Amino acid sequence: MKDQLYKYLLLLGDNSMILGHRLSELCGHGPNLETDIALTNISLDLFGQVRSYFKYAATLKEGETEDSIAFLRFERDYYNTILVEQPNKDFAHVIVRQFLFDAYHKPLLEQLMNSKDETISAIAHKSIKESKYHLRFSSEWVKRLGDGTEISHQKTQNAFNTLMPYIEELFIETPLELAMKNEGIGADLNLVKASFDKTMSDVLPSANIETSDIKLRKTNGKSGFHSEYLGFILTELQYMQRAYPDMSW
Amino acid sequence: MTQEIKLEEIFQSRIDNGEKIEPKDWMPEKYRKTHIRQISQHAHSEIVGMLPEGNWITRAPSLKRKCCLLAKVQDEAGHGLYLYSAAETLGITRDEMTEQLLSGKAKYSSIFNYPTLSWADIGAIGWLVDGAAIINQVMLTRTSFGPYARAMVRICKEESFHQRQGYEIMLGLAQGTQAQKDMAQDALNRFWWPSLMMFGPRDEDSPNTAQSMKWKIKRKTNDELRQQFIDITAPQADYLGLTIPDPALKWNEERGHYDYGEIDWEEFWQVVKGNGPCNKERIDARQKAWDDGEWVRDAAMAYANKKAANRNESKTGS
Repeated sequence: MKDQLYKYLLLLGDNSMILGHRLSELCGHGPNLETDIALTNISLDLFGQVRSYFKYAATLKEGETEDSIAFLRFERDYYNTILVEQPNKDFAHVIVRQFLFDAYHKPLLEQLMNSKDETISAIAHKSIKESKYHLRFSSEWVKRLGDGTEISHQKTQNAFNTLMPYIEELFIETPLELAMKNEGIGADLNLVKASFDKTMSDVLPSANIETSDIKLRKTNGKSGFHSEYLGFILTELQYMQRAYPDMSW
Repeated sequence: MTQEIKLEEIFQSRIDNGEKIEPKDWMPEKYRKTHIRQISQHAHSEIVGMLPEGNWITRAPSLKRKCCLLAKVQDEAGHGLYLYSAAETLGITRDEMTEQLLSGKAKYSSIFNYPTLSWADIGAIGWLVDGAAIINQVMLTRTSFGPYARAMVRICKEESFHQRQGYEIMLGLAQGTQAQKDMAQDALNRFWWPSLMMFGPRDEDSPNTAQSMKWKIKRKTNDELRQQFIDITAPQADYLGLTIPDPALKWNEERGHYDYGEIDWEEFWQVVKGNGPCNKERIDARQKAWDDGEWVRDAAMAYANKKAANRNESKTGS
């Protein structure tokens, strides 16, 4: 049980960490100052959540710290979804990736607020405010880009075509998630999915985005099977901890 | 013409009395231009300054350090935004200022044309570069132009936090392993002289200083500020157990200041002229962000116009 809870915290934290990392790559390179600040802010929120999850996880396993958990695992021991690993191809990809994640993350946190595990519930209570803001930000930009100019519409539709296929695994329950749900600790992904679908039907029509023909892809990042991108992300993320082991910073 | 001279006299007496000049007040054209130049260059420095530090966000050594650095770089963006707004009160747009940066017409602080090669550079920048910036900026909180002075009050608070954060990074390294100490010393070696150059040329080579002092844009000369920085920083380096890379640096009891060696002014002018280690990379990065962002800015504008048109239509309809 303790092992499962530990792993579940990693699963929750890894999504935030890898997405936070992708957003942090953009710091100083945004299309204008306001979006640069907003995206950095979202990254910062996500890393704040990561710290909460990993600090808690570290109390469950002898010898671990938030940093050893963040930086010193091998690739197969990260449990984030493939969606959040996707690169910052252009601003449309950044926004659509964010929107798809937020539409999943917000209802996930809403459920975790009622978790039997008090720490998870407390983290969710704190994070939900951030997640609501993230979803508002990304939804507004999806509409703005989808219904802006011909070029922005095309780029946004392309981003959905590329990224939407990765949503499937968000809602497929792994044995770990099933166990956590049954314990009253984890979220029910069917309910998360219902909320996600509602967000899509609320936002996409006004953005003139069509997703009905998009075929979903079989991926399983949550069990440690990643895309080729993750190795490179970890190379950067882990560089200092690997090059200078056992030092404090 | 007589009218103009009279206005200038009144203007100067307001400054002499310590009054703040506000955007809608009459001001000499040269005062306006000097401020546009100075405030926009300050804003550009904040924005270009995000790049060398941003360079280490993805490789920060711990989650805490990563969060601190993200927050810091985000603060710099906020400062840029704030300063661009202050400059806009003088009749220039942010887009125009951006174009001046990209064309090379407007400058930014030369320090950001040096590369960040190790994690310790993030500490050194916070400690030295923000430390030098604060010395300049504290003076500017009392500058005569109201919006600039007020922006500086807020910016100074955040900068001094950044400076302490940078020093704390250095302290951690100085108390760490030999590899960490070496990293810290190497960063100090590389950033010391460029930090001294941040105060600008020697007083005798700074032709604008006299007018700037008269208008209370500046209240101390470049050399006075540089000396102040050295006097504060030298004991901090001692405390860290690091050596400032200047054999001539020595406390002078008689002067009550540190003596220091000659700055390499040839290097200073080369970097100002665009020939520093990273000038091209910095401007290329800003240019890329600007070009890549064009369709996004166009889309935002088109969307806002559509929404406004819809609102007008529904008003007319009702």
